Amino acid sequence: MAEQFISRGFKGRARDTDRARKERIPPGQYETKEFPVLSAGPTPRTPIERWDFSIYGEVAEKLKWAWDEFQGLPRETMTVDIHCVTKWSKLDTLWTGVSVDTLLAGIDLDAQPAVRYLIAFCDGGYTTNLPLADVRGGKAWVVYEFDGKPLDPVHGGPARLLVPHLYFWKSAKWVRGFELVTEDRPGFWESVGYHNYGDPWKEQRYAGD
Amino acid sequence: MAEQLKWQLCTVVEIRQETPKAKSLILDWPEGPTHLAGQHVDVRLTAEDGYQAQRSYSIASPPGDKHLMLTVERIEDGEVSPYLTDGLRVGDRLELRGPIGGYFVWDARNGGTDGPPLFLAAGGSGIAPLMSMIRHRASKGSKVPTRLLYSSRSYEEVIYREELDRLSAHDPSLRIILTLTRRRPSNWTGYGRRIDRAMLADTAWPPAEKPLAFTCGPTAFVETVATHLAELGYEPGRIKTERFGPTGG
Repeated sequence: MAEQFISRGFKGRARDTDRARKERIPPGQYETKEFPVLSAGPTPRTPIERWDFSIYGEVAEKLKWAWDEFQGLPRETMTVDIHCVTKWSKLDTLWTGVSVDTLLAGIDLDAQPAVRYLIAFCDGGYTTNLPLADVRGGKAWVVYEFDGKPLDPVHGGPARLLVPHLYFWKSAKWVRGFELVTEDRPGFWESVGYHNYGDPWKEQRYAGD
Repeated sequence: MAEQLKWQLCTVVEIRQETPKAKSLILDWPEGPTHLAGQHVDVRLTAEDGYQAQRSYSIASPPGDKHLMLTVERIEDGEVSPYLTDGLRVGDRLELRGPIGGYFVWDARNGGTDGPPLFLAAGGSGIAPLMSMIRHRASKGSKVPTRLLYSSRSYEEVIYREELDRLSAHDPSLRIILTLTRRRPSNWTGYGRRIDRAMLADTAWPPAEKPLAFTCGPTAFVETVATHLAELGYEPGRIKTERFGPTGG
């Protein structure tokens, strides 16, 4: 490997002495206590009376929940670390919502093994693609509360996807449903230069990383 | 499979003090810049003990320029921006990779009046990617009707002020509208408040003209602009946003 370049005179912030905490920050990220916002366009504001969540695609079943029905699904509260591709990480964020396992329970995926990908679609036209394996087994949720309060529209309310083990753009804001497919298809950011998978621990920020 | 964007060493060829808080770094980019107006690069700093910090900065220079310009506003408790504005000297090197981002971009096409009218709204150093578009428009000889609504704290903090004056003086199809939110010269006749719905209704192209809007600045600024433009009838897909959080800097 080539010799490491040193930025003359750069010292950086005082290093975090808490090793356990430091080890939770992926390469190239820094910790923030704030909650920055990133999105490509205006914030959609869908009234909950008109909100629903649907699952369809190359599967035999079609599922749909209105807001009240969705609220009636078993809820989980979890504390997770989140990592945005724009370099910030936020530790110990508290969310409440429905596990994707619960949402997919009504679809016989064992009988339809060729269905291996999920395209999350959202108000505002945003989409993101994920392997089904990455949203099953307690790894992903559709959340509607942050820090014990209803999720603010600028942060994706009424509901957003939460997939904390991938860069945060995969945790699509304003999510309205899943399309289940056999062939992977790049979503919004994945089509404009960002990585198709987005593992923060492998620093998969951009296509080719 | 796309090729990986490699870290590249660039040399600082010039540093320009733009405003009391902002400096432009003019960089020699070995591969030659082939970016689109609106894209950004990642900057990586490495300390002697191997510690690294990365941040994204929008490119302010137009596509086709010999050098790459990044304009950096110093954030008081920032980690990277004070090094870039205070520590870096001409002749120093800087690690970059990019260009990045294929959504917040504008292309002057073939010049002339080809393309929809452009409405640009900048808050503070959020002007940088929009300046790349304005410069690109000028260098391509584009006459696409363009308006820039630019919010700054004071007259002294208007980045690229002289260049914007010069470009608009020679081009009736380019209009620059400033608003100064904190301090104003005694003879100031322009806007003197934060951008609001009435100001956008007065300055933005009517939605019937099918304009394309780009807005860049702090989160609250971008939220205000994007929400009001949508309410005024702009198609949400034609309002492109980019946020400059003061976080981390």
